[in-house]
Amino acid sequence: MQLILESLFNGVAIGSVLLIAALGLAIVFGLMGVINLAHGELMMLGAYSTYITQLIFKLPILMPFYNAYVIVAIAVAFLVSGVVGILLERSVIRRLYGNPLETLLATWGVSLILQQFVRSVPLAYGAGLIIALLLGLLLPIVLSKEFISNRYDRFIKLGSWSIATLIGVLTASGLSSSISKIGRASARNVDVTAPSWMRGGIDLWGITFPVTRLVIIVITLISVLSVTWFLNRSVWGIRIRAVTQNRSMSDCLGISTETVDILTFGIGSGLAGVAGVAVSLLGSVGPNVGGSYIVGCFMVVVLGGVGNLIGTVIASFSIGILTDLIGAGRLLTIWPDMPGPLASTVDFFATTSMARVLIFALIVIFLQFRPAGLFPQKGRMVEA
Amino acid sequence: MTLLETHNINTYYGESHILRDIDLSVQHGEMVCLIGRNGVGKTTFLKSLIGLLEPRSGDIYLEGNSLNRMQPHQRARAGIGYVPQGREIIPYLTVEENLLLGMEALKGGLTAHRKIDSFIFDIFPVLRKFLARKGGDLSGGQQQQLAIARALLGSPKLLLLDEPTEGIQPNIVQDIESAVRRIINEKGIGVLLVEQHLHFVRQADRYYAMQRGGIVATGRTSDLSQVVVDKFLSV
Repeated sequence: MQLILESLFNGVAIGSVLLIAALGLAIVFGLMGVINLAHGELMMLGAYSTYITQLIFKLPILMPFYNAYVIVAIAVAFLVSGVVGILLERSVIRRLYGNPLETLLATWGVSLILQQFVRSVPLAYGAGLIIALLLGLLLPIVLSKEFISNRYDRFIKLGSWSIATLIGVLTASGLSSSISKIGRASARNVDVTAPSWMRGGIDLWGITFPVTRLVIIVITLISVLSVTWFLNRSVWGIRIRAVTQNRSMSDCLGISTETVDILTFGIGSGLAGVAGVAVSLLGSVGPNVGGSYIVGCFMVVVLGGVGNLIGTVIASFSIGILTDLIGAGRLLTIWPDMPGPLASTVDFFATTSMARVLIFALIVIFLQFRPAGLFPQKGRMVEA
Repeated sequence: MTLLETHNINTYYGESHILRDIDLSVQHGEMVCLIGRNGVGKTTFLKSLIGLLEPRSGDIYLEGNSLNRMQPHQRARAGIGYVPQGREIIPYLTVEENLLLGMEALKGGLTAHRKIDSFIFDIFPVLRKFLARKGGDLSGGQQQQLAIARALLGSPKLLLLDEPTEGIQPNIVQDIESAVRRIINEKGIGVLLVEQHLHFVRQADRYYAMQRGGIVATGRTSDLSQVVVDKFLSV
């Protein structure tokens, strides 16, 4: 009993990391059909955002609230990755809709640019740049609602971009002078230290549940629920689903497809940022952290059935539980007197990386028989 | 004021010249039918009106306002309701959600309008029964009714209907015909209809006949002679 519970918990913990990482991709790749290889780098940006937020909360003024920095970091990471994602959609991906191969190459290029960016630009300047972009994009929208007349449109844009640049530069210099760690460029990995309440574990039924893992499970749960609600219940959700299913007709009905594209891509990228927060709590953060997750993300989305959120959820939890069963050699614990050759095979795969190899091989074999994944789209419109 | 006016519309697919100098007008409360054999450019013309295709030259005016260079969603909000050939129901959305999307063309869009006007269910009672069903699971005739209802919920001034009776069982054709007639009488909107069904064509006030991308004949449908019918309708 205890064994099953422990295995289940570990599986769910591994699965929820996979799920939170794949959730954004399920929207960008699954719904919009965009192969975004820079998704992992958007996660990396989220992880670095967590690191910077944590350092800012170590400043004397904010020190009393240090324990709450993870919650702030989630919002910050969502915004940072979302803005970068929107920029990426506007500048690169929008011109390549309908050309999957070119999209793949272009986004791979973007992922390399982003990796090099965090290596060779001081993080403080990066933060300043992001803040400038965020303000520059948001201010005209907020301000144009205040001043209805379009005559001043150009001035509002110009003014808000200059204000945004100013604030960005001020933030960059302020951050680099007050926190020396991020004032210089560095390619080395950094570590996010969890606040004290997240260290240690909770003991229940003779098992220790690490709090970090529980927090990640909760973050994942909240993200999945809010995405489900957003897509199925909100007005924008109906619009997003309409545009992804029939773009030209949605346009003819009066839906601005461009706005929907921006929003969908922004949310998908923002979720990558949230995943970055989770990743930063698990290990050290470096420029390459995204690369180690991106393959798993695509595997989860394809296995679950492209365009199917529930499929993604089930796929990631089953991969998680399988990883724990194989990787921790639990089969041997359950059945200790296994015949020799079988036991040595199980033992051979009983490491994290070998478990990954075996599971990916199993997925490849599975997809040979069910190419559309676990939950393919059904109905009379599929063939059309 | 004329509801819809086009001047010298020329549309191309790549290098092939499809529409040649189309002049056409529709008045308020008028039903105008566009006839012609397959492949003469009727659907291309409707697509040029809603903005899915961009004419290389020519002008489109809706109540005197130019629609040139507007995107389809802007033209929809300006007052054009479009019922395309093949219906184009959003397949995995429920019938209710499909109907809601029709109101995106209203001022403020879905955010301001969440209630489906019940006159839709007076015209097409079958839709009320299937509200919770996926749009893609309806039969062809039901989808056609849904597509027309969806377009009407945007309170258009001009309704574009592209072969609404194509491949649909006769009793539903009757329903659709009387529904369109009723809408024109009650709402006073203009309708531009592309149709092969002679019975439906006869209900229109005026007709334009197309051949090889140009308008070759026009007049009142009451004057539509058997010669013209044989020449331009494939029935």
